[in-house]
Amino acid sequence: MSEPLLSVRGVTTFYGRVQALKGVDLDIHDGEIVTLIGANGAGKSTLMMTICGNPQARDGVIMFAGRDITRLPTHEIARLRLAQAPEGRRIFPRMTVLENLQMGATVADPAMFARDLERVLELFPRLKQRLAQRGGTLSGGEQQMLAIGRALMSRPRLLLLDEPSLGLAPLLVRQIFEAIRLLNQQDGVTVFLVEQNAYHALKLAHRGYVMVNGRITLSGKGRELLERPEVKSAYLEGARLQ
Amino acid sequence: MEVFLQQLINGVTLGSIYGLIAIGYTMVFGIIGMVNFAHGDVFMVSAFVALIAFLVLTAWAGISSIPIALLIVLAAAMFFTSLVNWVIERVAYRPLRGSFRLAPLISAIGMSILLSNFVQVTQGPRNKSIPPMVQGEIVLYRHNDYPVTLSYKQLIIWFVTAALLVSFWYLVARTKLGRAQRACEQDQKMAALLGVDVDRTISMTFVIAAALAAVAGTMYLMYYGVVSFSDGFVPGVKAFTAAVLGGIGSLPGAVVGGLLIGLIETFWSAYFSIDYKDVAAFSVLAITLIFLPQGLFGRPDVEKV
Ligand SMILES: Nc1ncnc2c1ncn2[C@@H]1O[C@H](COP(=O)(O)OP(=O)(O)O)[C@@H](O)[C@H]1O
Ligand SMILES: [Mg+2]
Repeated sequence: MSEPLLSVRGVTTFYGRVQALKGVDLDIHDGEIVTLIGANGAGKSTLMMTICGNPQARDGVIMFAGRDITRLPTHEIARLRLAQAPEGRRIFPRMTVLENLQMGATVADPAMFARDLERVLELFPRLKQRLAQRGGTLSGGEQQMLAIGRALMSRPRLLLLDEPSLGLAPLLVRQIFEAIRLLNQQDGVTVFLVEQNAYHALKLAHRGYVMVNGRITLSGKGRELLERPEVKSAYLEGARLQ
Repeated sequence: MEVFLQQLINGVTLGSIYGLIAIGYTMVFGIIGMVNFAHGDVFMVSAFVALIAFLVLTAWAGISSIPIALLIVLAAAMFFTSLVNWVIERVAYRPLRGSFRLAPLISAIGMSILLSNFVQVTQGPRNKSIPPMVQGEIVLYRHNDYPVTLSYKQLIIWFVTAALLVSFWYLVARTKLGRAQRACEQDQKMAALLGVDVDRTISMTFVIAAALAAVAGTMYLMYYGVVSFSDGFVPGVKAFTAAVLGGIGSLPGAVVGGLLIGLIETFWSAYFSIDYKDVAAFSVLAITLIFLPQGLFGRPDVEKV
């Protein structure tokens, strides 16, 4: 196989004395959707943020597009067009939807703005009527769409999505997952998706990783992982009923 | 009525100066959550830069056109004061970011003392004065021999303040830098994830705050014709009061607060007692903090969880 777009090798991360990542290895190739599942507190969000340099890894190496980004400051990693829609959405509440999207285009070529905006509004038509509204007044689902749209405005080579379905009604969850699929298939965006909603995520993803307590314990093709008994018992019980 | 109108004119003039300084307090507070106690002294330094620039221009360079001299003085004051504030942020505040909350405040008090002492030592402890830059006035109307006047100085202050506020508003509301600044105020971690250089944005905030203080300093010097090393303190506290009254963190609040403090001060001096005018302004600070801690334009938090 060719060199991965993102490779994480032996990464450890600490919050003070608490070790959240205990040596993580993971690869993402161009064009893939890769998902990471795991229980609450396993370290999924920490891995996402460590890839973006906040907090920085204590040991290990993170390579992106052939560059070592382990010690780069967060804003410089963003300039390499690695975008994240982080946990909790983090919409700028006192900025309008349009301004939030403009913030997403911070590292993008200004000439592309109109076209990229159009694409985002095509994916998430609900944002269109809300462009002049403050981010903080959107509903949870709209905020999630805005968070993903904002990340897309940089034309990312790799898009990190941290629990985009959290707290959303099933219909909205389906819309978000459909948007991710379209992005990957039509726009060729590589996606790294963290999910608690393991069933949907594994069905959508080409490959998946399972994280337990700061370590990767399982990996494989998305649909294969779905059939694994340890995944079924730990992450899928009842999930299908949704 | 004539007294009232005259005080209105004077109060708006004074209030413009306070408003320009207050913006600096409110911007810095907005982005790093710190009351920059040295800001009043930055304002004072700018008045000295303006004074030196004016003397150099008129005495040595022999520039006699007042509008040109005033423009150059303004530019010089804005440039050097911005530089000073940029350095202050780098050496005195940035290394303390992430330290305990009081650390940058203490450092700011230290910077305040350093600036006023430095000016005292290098410029002397006495008032420094300049020959009047601008003279003349317009008599708006006269009643029973009491003229209501608008001096050219006041007109210049109004005009310059208005022009700067418009450009400043444009910068904050419509440019990429302004957006980055507001983003950093709301969520620095997210701003960085989107590619905003947070450190640089904070630096620029100090530069802009100082530039506006320098406009105030130049206007102050032109208006009163004198400045002393201790002139950072009282205008500084009043501008801070203005920022608190308007709602610290709110830019329109700083401007409105500045105007209100200017008006309160002049009306108090005219109708009650000029000796207690500073007390009036400080009472406003105390009353605001007790009864309206979020200020007039206090942030309506619309965040949903
Ligand atoms: N900012 C933080 N400071 C200290 N500990 C943290 C912080 N963020 C997360 N942790 C801890 O690190 C571990 C992993 O958390 P997290 O990465 O958020 O897990 P997940 O996203 O898988 O739910 C947890 O034990 C959590 O308590
Ligand atoms: Mg998480």
